Amino acid sequence: MNKIVLLLCLLLALPLLAQNPSADEILRAVDSNMITKTSQARTRMIVHGRRASRTLELISYSEGNAKAYSEYLSPPREKGTKMLKLGDDLWIYDPGTDRSIQISGNMLKQSVMGSDLSYEDMMEESHLLESYSATVKGEITYDGRDCWILELTANKADVSYHKRKLYVDKQRYVSLWEEWYAKSGKLLKTVKSWDVKRIDNRWYPTKFLFKDELKQGKGTQYFIDEIKINPKLPAYIFSKAMLKK
Amino acid sequence: MFKFLLKGVFRDRHRWLFPTLIVTSAVGLLIFAFAFLEGFKNSYIRQSSRFSSGHLKVVSRAYAEMLDLKPYDLALLDVSDDLAAWKQEYPQLEWVERINFGALLDVPDETGETRVQGEVLGFAIDIFNSPAELKRLQLESSLDQGNLPAKPGEILLSALAAEKMELKPGDTVTLMGSTVFGAMTMRNFTISGTVEFGVYTLDRSALVADIADISEMLDMSGASGEILCFFKDGEYNLREATKIADTFNAKYSDPGDEFSPQILRLNDQGNLGPILKMLDYSLLWMALGFSAVLAIVLWNAGLLNGIRRYGEFGLRLAIGESKRRVYGSLLTEAFIIGTVGGVLGAAIGTGISMYFNTKGMDMSIYNRSASMMTENYLYTSISPGSIIAGFVPAILSTVCGAALAGIAIFKRETSQLFKELET
Repeated sequence: MNKIVLLLCLLLALPLLAQNPSADEILRAVDSNMITKTSQARTRMIVHGRRASRTLELISYSEGNAKAYSEYLSPPREKGTKMLKLGDDLWIYDPGTDRSIQISGNMLKQSVMGSDLSYEDMMEESHLLESYSATVKGEITYDGRDCWILELTANKADVSYHKRKLYVDKQRYVSLWEEWYAKSGKLLKTVKSWDVKRIDNRWYPTKFLFKDELKQGKGTQYFIDEIKINPKLPAYIFSKAMLKK
Repeated sequence: MFKFLLKGVFRDRHRWLFPTLIVTSAVGLLIFAFAFLEGFKNSYIRQSSRFSSGHLKVVSRAYAEMLDLKPYDLALLDVSDDLAAWKQEYPQLEWVERINFGALLDVPDETGETRVQGEVLGFAIDIFNSPAELKRLQLESSLDQGNLPAKPGEILLSALAAEKMELKPGDTVTLMGSTVFGAMTMRNFTISGTVEFGVYTLDRSALVADIADISEMLDMSGASGEILCFFKDGEYNLREATKIADTFNAKYSDPGDEFSPQILRLNDQGNLGPILKMLDYSLLWMALGFSAVLAIVLWNAGLLNGIRRYGEFGLRLAIGESKRRVYGSLLTEAFIIGTVGGVLGAAIGTGISMYFNTKGMDMSIYNRSASMMTENYLYTSISPGSIIAGFVPAILSTVCGAALAGIAIFKRETSQLFKELET
């Protein structure tokens, strides 16, 4: 009898828990939406520079957050340029010189192809929940969606952004707006995500606008035109041999 | 009378030796200090204009805002027609296109993997068509090993960077940077030679390449990062530069268009203006300071001399010489000492300055920690102005010192003179 009462109590409490999940639970749900075992995507990056806009097309493969490989398909000047990330190492292959160069040190802070993203941003590999302590700071309606405002503070020294502010969609557990701050409190970057689609049993935004707040310009749009979640990827894709292939 | 005073001064060792020594050493020091600072200033202008600022520089307004960062992504695009027009309009200037860029130099090992990397400060100049540029940057005389680039794809690297990365002429390296649109770009180059400019800030990491190679690499064909202008006589003329800047900017620069051209004088670029102003003020303050200190020392010497010659002045007043005349003779003596000390000091100061003007002073140790672009060998610069500027304060301070000390003459009571002389 006691067990039945306890079960009933738990069942009654579940909706309450679902309505007010903890910050860690929200972050875990965001991570599980965004991090895939493997993925294959065809994307477009539109870099809105101070002077002109450029569109780059690329095909990317990833395995978790630790391994990624991408190849630029256009424009002609960038065609054939490849990038390989293996853990903490990043290589770039340039077909013009037939050289693969490892990017390290200060170069990691440089922009990727003139975009508002840095190589360091691409290198981030741990789950948000592992790198940050989160607190729910309130609620907001953003882009017509009810969201939680989450404030994340780094609990590791080796993260690029000490603090982050996220607007997380209450229903789909997807971050629709992010602000990335330096330790000094200076706003460094913002990310707007939209066009959230149901892909392979998860919610996934397919359009992003990254904006480096220290740079003039209208930011970098990143569109996922095609994406396959958890496809079988051959191991050689994430090898250095792939760069010169 | 003057001859009489002259004999009087130089027959009494106590009267001339100490003041003359002070004036001589002060004038010598002041002239040398002027020559040193003038030499430093000239070296700074020479090096800055040669490598970075030109006498004037045309950039886009957006580039001008971030001048120190050398943001070549904000370069002037499709500028060749405009440049042709500017050349006709300002024939007194020599116009030179350059691109300054930062890049990563990657050195491969025998398997093509990165052996070593280093950041370099690149200068893209017209190596193959502009002998004036080669001369201006003194590339031939700066060659340490190898040769000047003879064909596209060849570069010069600073000797220090080459040594650090264990590179020698003939080695192939990859230069990695960003295009004018921000995209990553790489290009292989062969090192044709190594250079040593004698400017530590450059010798750490400079790389010189042909502008056509770099334009292609940075996707800048038809664009110009910076257009440097040099007066054809080789000398920076601030007044003329100001006149040109005023007319050029009024005609071509549009505050509403951040990519319209803007001409900047050497003084308008980075810290150059304030530094040059500071150096000019240093010369003025140094002259004033030296004069004041010298006057105080000589005033003190005059007071001591006055005490020693108390009896003499009393006797001269007692036998009827007027106070004004005694005071006048004292000032004339001071003038003689100031002139003699000044001439000696000027000769010594000029001599030392001329020595360092020919031999130079090795400043490389100090330049290692300095961010200013000055030559490792500093050559003092002597001008008639600096000799006069050292000489005149010497006479003035000697006369002022004597004038202050001699005031005591007027305080003596004629009625008391014999009483004073008896005691």
